[in-house]
Amino acid sequence: MSSRRSRISEEEITELISKLQSLLPETRRRGASRASAAKVLKETCNYIKSLHREVDDLSGRLSELMATMDVDSAQAEIVRSLFRS
Amino acid sequence: MESKSFTTGNRDNPNTDLHGSKNMMASHFLRALFRIQQTSTSSSSFAGRSRRIRRAAYASMAYSAGARRAWSRALLRKLRSRARLRFPRRLSRTARPQRRDMDQAQVLRKLVPGGPSMDYCKLLEETADYIRCLTTQVRLMQTVMDSISSYAHHPMIP
Repeated sequence: MSSRRSRISEEEITELISKLQSLLPETRRRGASRASAAKVLKETCNYIKSLHREVDDLSGRLSELMATMDVDSAQAEIVRSLFRS
Repeated sequence: MESKSFTTGNRDNPNTDLHGSKNMMASHFLRALFRIQQTSTSSSSFAGRSRRIRRAAYASMAYSAGARRAWSRALLRKLRSRARLRFPRRLSRTARPQRRDMDQAQVLRKLVPGGPSMDYCKLLEETADYIRCLTTQVRLMQTVMDSISSYAHHPMIP
């Protein structure tokens, strides 16, 4: 694995790690300086897990809401409000 | 998360042109939701409907990226095989602190669709795109939730 890495430039990897760091919520909040690759990857894993959990949670809440909803009259309203700028 | 128009508000990533795929994601997801609503009966279980909504979420993500990305291709394959969509949830508890980014890369590979077959460089690229797509989908779901909730509390008088 290490010989493969020397062919792909370390610069490229640093760049990609940096890009990942910029996507992390903590970085956006605190404007953190560059963290180690291991730290960024660890935070990235945690972030993805939390996003997966959010999808699960929102699916459940949507399911609840939809049970109480009358579909025909709500459809138009939802589409309208979704794309209202 | 503050409410803002789903299609226009994206101040987090001004350089990413997600506009076209965001619209596709939204229309796909909404159509799926309406379908689920129409085919849901009073006897459908809450859990069953939740699962279908969750599946629709990942489907609309995958379709918005289409064949352009390795993660979306892998996700589409999984969806088409009708296999259960599972992602590892357990927080990795290791005895000693992770010191090499290669170890964390292995954890990451389990979280990104198609991860196991990606080399390190590809994994990093695909992860960035996957995260952008996930956050967009989450924002979409929150927007739909907000609009349904507000409708439920202020129904239009026919």
